[in-house]
Amino acid sequence: MTIAGVTFNPIAGVLLVPAIAAALLALLPAYRVTARLNVLATALTLICAVSLLFGRPQPNAYLLLDDLNGTFIVLTTFVGFTTSIFSASYISHELDIGRLTPPFVRFYHAMYQVLMFAMNLALVANNIGLMWVAIELATLTTVLMVGIYRTHEALEAAWKYFILGSVGIALALFGTILVYMAARPVIGEGLDAMVWSVLVARASAFDPALLDVAFVFLLLGYGTKVGLAPLHAWLPDAHAEGPTPISAVLSGLLLNVALYALLRFKMLMAANAAALAPGPLMVTLGLLSLVFAAFMLYRRRDIKRLFAYSSIEHMGIITFAFGMGGPLANFAGLLHMTMHSLTKSAIFFAVGHVAQVKGTQRIADMGGLTETHPVLGWGLILGVVAIAGLPPLGIFMSEFLVVSSTFARAPLLALILVFGILVGLAALFLRLNSIAFGEPRGPAGKAEASYVPMFAHLAIVLAAGVYMPPTLVAWFQNVAGLLG
Amino acid sequence: MSNIDFDVAHLLAGSLVLVSFLQLYQDRLYALLNIYALHALVLATSVAWQAFVQDAPHLYVTALIALIFKAIVIPVALHRIIVRLGIHREIETVVGVGPAMLAGIGLVALSMVVMLRVTQEADPLAREDLAFALSVVLLGLLMMITRRNAVSQVVGFMSLENGLVLAATGAKGMPLVVEISIAFSILIAFIVIGIFLFRIRERFDTVDVQVLDRFRGDRR
Repeated sequence: MTIAGVTFNPIAGVLLVPAIAAALLALLPAYRVTARLNVLATALTLICAVSLLFGRPQPNAYLLLDDLNGTFIVLTTFVGFTTSIFSASYISHELDIGRLTPPFVRFYHAMYQVLMFAMNLALVANNIGLMWVAIELATLTTVLMVGIYRTHEALEAAWKYFILGSVGIALALFGTILVYMAARPVIGEGLDAMVWSVLVARASAFDPALLDVAFVFLLLGYGTKVGLAPLHAWLPDAHAEGPTPISAVLSGLLLNVALYALLRFKMLMAANAAALAPGPLMVTLGLLSLVFAAFMLYRRRDIKRLFAYSSIEHMGIITFAFGMGGPLANFAGLLHMTMHSLTKSAIFFAVGHVAQVKGTQRIADMGGLTETHPVLGWGLILGVVAIAGLPPLGIFMSEFLVVSSTFARAPLLALILVFGILVGLAALFLRLNSIAFGEPRGPAGKAEASYVPMFAHLAIVLAAGVYMPPTLVAWFQNVAGLLG
Repeated sequence: MSNIDFDVAHLLAGSLVLVSFLQLYQDRLYALLNIYALHALVLATSVAWQAFVQDAPHLYVTALIALIFKAIVIPVALHRIIVRLGIHREIETVVGVGPAMLAGIGLVALSMVVMLRVTQEADPLAREDLAFALSVVLLGLLMMITRRNAVSQVVGFMSLENGLVLAATGAKGMPLVVEISIAFSILIAFIVIGIFLFRIRERFDTVDVQVLDRFRGDRR
């Protein structure tokens, strides 16, 4: 793309802007400036990402852009941008109460940009080795950020996340090596045998047995990062103990990026007729996560843990939908993923401010939120109504599509699905009731919150639930077709 | 491929599995770190042999990294850390030697069955290599779950990574990007771990992970 005589490569934009911003933020000490710079950098990245939808460079051995990852990148950079706005007000409060000191804030901002860089790289990577490196980098940066408060709980959560994440990522690398082994006799030695677009074009000639084993490793490896039960153990701790903007980015984005890696390999498997069908495995893990997390929601005492389990539940639904496959289920899965990212990050924006004004994350110590802080309280209620899947919000529509498309093909599975969703819904409202209504508990101080990101997300979710523009529908249908 | 090439590669990869078994029953941290150094040394030799056999000079770099970084720098640094933390004499209650070894044997059998069956088309060297590599990976995992001490969990993780390097070098002509990334990730991982261990010491006066479990959020 050429603007004002200067050749501009938007892929370079989504990678270079965060990389340069990370270096700058690591150098600059002044907090007020860096928080704004962080917002500015994510805004620039978002602009580059949107421009990717219009002009798209040819794929090479390292980078690839198609409609599938275009969708993911726009979603990632958008939530990254709004979260950085929320993060600015959140972090300034943390500085005021002394939970974070300026050096840590500097480190935090630099890491935020490194994380954005790593996620964007994982999304545009055409080389399966490069994709692995990027996801590993994203894991390490989030480990560092989860442990940033240096409390007992934060360190334990970071340690657990680090160990489980590393094991997952190691299994994924083994799977990646096996894919290369399967490709080598067909494509030949060297770089080409790790390039995804080459692999998928010639996958029909690969040794199916080797591909099967590779996919099992990849599913376990990247599945750990998606947070699928029984590999989810790191997720609630990491969400609960880190800074809330990171919880929002973890739930809203990083889980999606890991799922994206899984989808790429699923497409590879689908290109080989003799290989194992990946669908049933994903359906099983997805349903297991959904039902397990739905029951786990009942016994949560910590508000951030509650919504972390809700993320496991929704990643289960999304994995289930992609596992079912076919145009309708894939469409529903994509829509659900988008809606979940937006809603869950909006909820975490609300929860972050709630935890700050109440000075605690314990559900028992907060109550009557709609009386003490009406805007936050009703924002949270709207978010929970959305995430629970009530009409007329977007998640209702996507869940309805998942359920109805499943009923047509496998009624028994659909029953389990509906059961899990209902159990989760009841648990969420049980908890919401004690948080939002009843006798006010905890301090009633004034909230210095930025409401714009939260309500912007919820407005989009509401709008999507009421009316989806035909262009957007056509776009999602097109991507769903790619997924096969 | 001449017979001797194959035999030596086979011998070295097999030795790596053997050293993984040695690690399983070390109950003293000091001895465990020594065995880990041996593990890395065997890996370096094996990678160097692969470089020679495959005529792939870039693999010598990987071998050198394994030799210098994993066999010397990391064990020395970890020795110093455990001495400074005062846990070098600590005896760790491992899941009994018998059950751990039996589980290990089971895992090796499993990886042989899985890998040898699916790689019938591949050339014999890569085939055996992959089976041994998977054994090393699984033994590393086993070690991580049978240990309670953070340092020995890290050692388990590093021997798991050694298994991955073995697999990557056995896959003929695999692009260098992966080897570098592995070395790099270990470097980063080590920094992270170093920071963590010191922080853990500051906060808890122990590196026993089970003590950390008391601080679980849900039990507050």
